[in-house]
Amino acid sequence: MTILETDSEKLLAALRNVLAAKGIASPAEIAERIAITDSASPGQGARMVAKAWTDPAYRARMLEDGAKAAEELGIPMRGMPPLGVLEDTAEQHHLVVCTLCSCYPRAVLGYPPFWYKSAGYRARAVRDPRGLLAEAWGTVLPDGVRLRVVDSTADYRWMVLPLRPAGTEGWDEARLASIVREGDMIGVTIPRV
Amino acid sequence: MMFDPGSSVRVKDDWPETRGPVHIRTPHYVRGMQGTVVRRLGAFHNPEDLAFARPAALRTLYHVRFAQPSIWQEGRAGDEVQVEIFEHWLEPA
Repeated sequence: MTILETDSEKLLAALRNVLAAKGIASPAEIAERIAITDSASPGQGARMVAKAWTDPAYRARMLEDGAKAAEELGIPMRGMPPLGVLEDTAEQHHLVVCTLCSCYPRAVLGYPPFWYKSAGYRARAVRDPRGLLAEAWGTVLPDGVRLRVVDSTADYRWMVLPLRPAGTEGWDEARLASIVREGDMIGVTIPRV
Repeated sequence: MMFDPGSSVRVKDDWPETRGPVHIRTPHYVRGMQGTVVRRLGAFHNPEDLAFARPAALRTLYHVRFAQPSIWQEGRAGDEVQVEIFEHWLEPA
């Protein structure tokens, strides 16, 4: 029997035992990591965006170091790659892709959506981003807005800090966070009320 | 060689894939292309060695910006592609 034919539960148990026996990862550490992975979701990134929209000092810290800003909100970043934050303005929109594989800021956005890993998205995002956004998401950038595609090719992970939409004046952070979607932080969509 | 933000750089027009098994984090579409250094992102272990469990030296990683139309000969003026590229793939332009 080869490793590919081995019962997966037995294989997992054996791996866990070896990791523990060699002092690489204890059962408690593995359980903690699974809990962290499961708790990561776009809601985490949305909390950061909402705070940045209401707190200029936090916004500045988030643009300087996304991972530190995430930790400030209690989002576990230990062992995660550095997180960069791309600031949209009235003249500049950002779109994130990983053309080589599927690098994604999982700590703050959770598992990537299925299309993010597709060959179609990865190829077209760098070559025809405006056509892709318009056709697949109905996102048409106004004239005068430049588009910067950020290809996540190495050790950083990237999220977009989108523009706060009009009509949200006076909203608190929780209400603001509720309108921020995963696509808004990848850059395929724009937050709307 | 260190590059300051704003430096004009060219990505090496090198294709190690043609010479044997490799793990390269420099996308094909920027090989040979001219861009501008945005900033240094830090130093990271060279993934080209890391992937093969070889000793992997720390290498400076740069964020480099390219004009979108100059890469594809299409697209809108002013649009850009920004890519993380390791120092050993860059030369002054």
